Amino acid sequence: MWTFFHKLGSPPWLYGISGSILRWLLPLTLLALATGLVWGLLFTAPDFRQGNSYRIIYIHVPAAVVALAGYYVMALAGAINLIWKMKMADVAMRSAAPIGAALTFIALVTGAIWGKPTWGTWWVWDARITSMLILLFLYLGVIALYEAFDNKEAAGKACAVLSLVGMVNIPIIYKSVDWWYSLHQPASIKFTGESSIDPSMLYPLLLMIGAFYALFTCCLLMNMRAELLSREARTNWVRKLALSGGRD
Amino acid sequence: MYFQNFEQLLHMDGHGAFVWAAYAITVFVIIAILLAPGRRQRRFLTQLAGELKRQRVTDSNAGEN
Repeated sequence: MWTFFHKLGSPPWLYGISGSILRWLLPLTLLALATGLVWGLLFTAPDFRQGNSYRIIYIHVPAAVVALAGYYVMALAGAINLIWKMKMADVAMRSAAPIGAALTFIALVTGAIWGKPTWGTWWVWDARITSMLILLFLYLGVIALYEAFDNKEAAGKACAVLSLVGMVNIPIIYKSVDWWYSLHQPASIKFTGESSIDPSMLYPLLLMIGAFYALFTCCLLMNMRAELLSREARTNWVRKLALSGGRD
Repeated sequence: MYFQNFEQLLHMDGHGAFVWAAYAITVFVIIAILLAPGRRQRRFLTQLAGELKRQRVTDSNAGEN
C-alpha cells in the first residue's frame, strides 16, 4: 500500500502508467460516447410530453453529473495538496479545472437550448441554473487564480482554498430542486426504489453518464501528463523523451 | 431506428434545430478538450528538444576551443 503511494508521487511512473491506461480507455470512451449519441438521437422513442426535444437529456444530464463529480475530484486533490503537500495532487487539481469548466459549460448551454422549446425561455434565474452558473465561475476562478501566480506552490495553495470554499455550492446544486420551487424536476433516477424513467430511456442515459465519466478520466490523465512534463522539464527522463520525439 | 426518413430525423417535429444545435456544441467542446492536452504536450516537447539540441551545439563548440 505505501509503495503504491510512493510510486504515485513519482512523475515518470505516473506518466508511464497513465499512458498505458489511456491506450485502452480512450478508444473505449470514444466508442461509448458514439454509441450513446447514436442511441439517444436515433433509436429512442420521443417523450410523450416533450416530444423530440427531450433527446438533449442524453448530453445535458451526463455533463451536469460529471461536472459536479469533477468538482469533488478537484476539491479533494486541493485538500490533499494542502494537508500532505503532495505535488501530484496539485497537478491533478490544476488538470481537473478546465475539464470541469467545459462540462459545466455544456450543461448550461444544452440546458438553455432545451429550455426554449420546453419551458418557453432560454434562461431563468432558477435555483439549480444559478448554482450551476456559480459552479462555472468557481472552475473559471480556479483557472484564473492559477494563472495569476508566478509561484506554483502559492498558486496551488490559493486554488485549493478557493475550491474547498466552493464546496458549499455542491449540496446546494443537488438539493436546489427540493428546497426551492424550480422548473427543474426532482431526480428521476434513484439507486433505491423505482426510477420514474422508462428503461428504454434509462439505459442509453446510463451509458452516456458512464461515457462522460470515462471522458473526464481520459482528459484528466492527458492534462496531467502534459502538466507533469512541463513541471519536470529539467529532469533527465523528460529530456530523453523530448529528444526521442515524444515516444514513450 | 425511430425516424422514418432523413428529413424527419433532421426536423424532429420542429425540435430539430434545438436538438442538433445542442449536440453539435457538445461534440465540438468534447473534441476541443480531447485535443488540447496532446497539442500542449507536443508543443512543449518540440520546444524542449530544440533547446536541448541548441545547448548541445554550444557545448561542443565550447569544447573545441
